[in-house]
Amino acid sequence: MFTWHRFLAVLIKEFVQMRRDRLTFAMMIGVPIMQLVLFGYAINSDPKRLPTAVVSAEASPFARSFVRALENTDYYRVVAQPRTVAEADALVARGQAQFVINIPEDFSRRIQRGERPVLLVEADASDPAATGPAVSALATLNLRALDNDLTGTLAAQKAGPAPFEVRVHRRYNPEGITQYNIVPGLMGVVLTMTMIMMTSIAMTRERERGTMENLLATPVTPFEVMLGKIVPYILVGYVQVAVILLAAKFLFQIPMVGSLLLLTGVVVLFIAANLAIGFTFSTVAKSQMQAMQMTMFFFLPSILLSGFMFPFRGMPVWAQWLGEVFPLTHFLRIVRGILLKGSGVAEILPSVWPLALILALVSVAAMRRYNRTLD
Amino acid sequence: MNAVAKPRPANDVVIDVEGLTKRFGDKTVVDGFALQVRRGQIYGFLGPNGSGKTTTIRMVCGLLTPDAGRGSCLGHDILTESAKIKREVGYMTQKFSLYEDLSIEENLDFIARMYDVRDRKRRVRETIARLGLESRRSQLAGTLSGGWKQRVALAACLLHDPQLLLLDEPTAGVDPGARRDFWDQIHRLAGEGMTVLVSTHYMDEAERCHALAYIAYGKLLTHGTIPEVVAEAGLATYEIESPDADSLFALTAEIEKSPGVEMAVPFGNRLHVSGTDAAKLKATMAEVARRPGLAVREVDSSLEDVFIHMMRMNQPKA
Ligand SMILES: Nc1ncnc2c1ncn2[C@@H]1O[C@H](COP(=O)(O)OP(=O)(O)OP(=O)(O)O)[C@@H](O)[C@H]1O
Ligand SMILES: [Mg+2]
Repeated sequence: MFTWHRFLAVLIKEFVQMRRDRLTFAMMIGVPIMQLVLFGYAINSDPKRLPTAVVSAEASPFARSFVRALENTDYYRVVAQPRTVAEADALVARGQAQFVINIPEDFSRRIQRGERPVLLVEADASDPAATGPAVSALATLNLRALDNDLTGTLAAQKAGPAPFEVRVHRRYNPEGITQYNIVPGLMGVVLTMTMIMMTSIAMTRERERGTMENLLATPVTPFEVMLGKIVPYILVGYVQVAVILLAAKFLFQIPMVGSLLLLTGVVVLFIAANLAIGFTFSTVAKSQMQAMQMTMFFFLPSILLSGFMFPFRGMPVWAQWLGEVFPLTHFLRIVRGILLKGSGVAEILPSVWPLALILALVSVAAMRRYNRTLD
Repeated sequence: MNAVAKPRPANDVVIDVEGLTKRFGDKTVVDGFALQVRRGQIYGFLGPNGSGKTTTIRMVCGLLTPDAGRGSCLGHDILTESAKIKREVGYMTQKFSLYEDLSIEENLDFIARMYDVRDRKRRVRETIARLGLESRRSQLAGTLSGGWKQRVALAACLLHDPQLLLLDEPTAGVDPGARRDFWDQIHRLAGEGMTVLVSTHYMDEAERCHALAYIAYGKLLTHGTIPEVVAEAGLATYEIESPDADSLFALTAEIEKSPGVEMAVPFGNRLHVSGTDAAKLKATMAEVARRPGLAVREVDSSLEDVFIHMMRMNQPKA
């Protein structure tokens, strides 16, 4: 019962309507950019001058030099010098300090003896993206920090290994997800949100504007309508993919190890699955408002349970099972796999077929829900 | 519909439905509706607002599923073969239902593609030319005036040469000139064998139909040709003329309560008084005629008298 002419009729109409609809255009480009800016910069940027507590057991020139060097990196700002570790911990727990630097008792004496004492840095890594750059800055700090103090007989140490060791102890989030994880993931998040939203208003808009009656009066079949409404947005999806990939490469310098061609190929499944979900929503929703609400209702667990927000393996088992339901979960594995680990077809296949299955099941549901009458 | 004469059974019946019933919630909106429309007929569909005209038309073309009843449209079962019906029917909705954000040309092109109209581009071009809209072909449909919307919508539902036209108040808001053009076109199409079911609130349009059906509160009250409908109503009507409109207004309230009077409707400085009990009405009128300054004469009941009377008599008791 499928005919090309009716499919084309719907397709062309949708294209024209899309072209006329400024909002769609704005969303197409605006949403990925907005999300990238929010997640990539505002939230994940290179945060500087982070509040730091220094617990110094001695007031030696070495200790002072170290603290000064610390502040010179611009990542640290000493906000308190508590006397005990417990006091410092309390500051961290309250969020008033993000780092605690522990300068041990015999720090200078042991440096002088060339014993390479350990300097313990405790980092609140609950937002790893925020602490990450600061921690990296520490890695080179110990090489140069004390150069001015190493005079006389100690000058020899300048050439050798760092005079002391910095040991970072990450608290709250030892796994440390990085931007590398987030930006590719954003592709999935952006596509989930915009694709579902756009088709979720597909039928409700026809209903609200009264054009549904005319559409139903024609011999068009549900499948023709669905396909005609989905295909134009696949192109929109690809525009978003392009925007995000470009930003990932040039704004965030995300390494792209795997094949972009492979990614471009499989992303269509993910886009189509989301569009089909949106279309199903629009056959259920009574109004555009309801359709939007359903989109949000789906979107939130998607980002929470897919492994975008929290490491998937860290979630309780039941949540992992629930997470498997969302296309985003599978797509994240694909996109991170390809971009970060250089996965090939064989590696991503276990995540590709669930997408295909979701697409098929949802399409069937949409066809069954689609009402051919006005009842 | 006890006394209503059944239309002759014809083998060329295009719409043939009976017992059509539609409920929304616990409200019965169309109740046991039956109708037969023959090929080439222009069938008028009248009734007050909310009487169920649109609902009935939607059931005929498969847009609503009846809760009870059965029937056929163009020989196809309305319950099971709506796909076939849709291909051969041109349905013009009461509310404008073309795409407001598509241009006139794009809308027509969309419909033409939907029905796989042969020689699509030429048909669309011709249609635009016939409407005289060449210069406005790329104007967005939403920016057309109300009357022009109607005209474009009608043109759209004719694109695929349907056999049956279902027109739901096609001339609402259309100027008299365009209305005349419209009806001339409808008659020409009917002459070529097109069947038309058209709902309207205009009496002059009702009079241009071959036959009428009148529905109120979901029930078919009468149907047939105009003389049949008027005769069947059995309504006697008198016209009271008064030189001054004020006294006529006072008279209306008084006379409505008089024996034999079922309805008194002022038309300017004349009052139409009707009733089905001719003898009683005649006596009352004779009494009124004796009053000074009033001229009373018996007139033929008009279609409008009949319809207003029917509507009032059939009001559901609250
Ligand atoms: N989808 C619906 N849900 C609930 N009630 C409805 C629905 N559609 C129509 N109705 C009700 O059914 C009744 C008949 O409506 P319908 O539109 O058929 O009347 P109509 O004769 O076409 O009126 P009009 O002359 O104003 O166009 C009305 O009371 C209306 O409120
Ligand atoms: Mg109506």
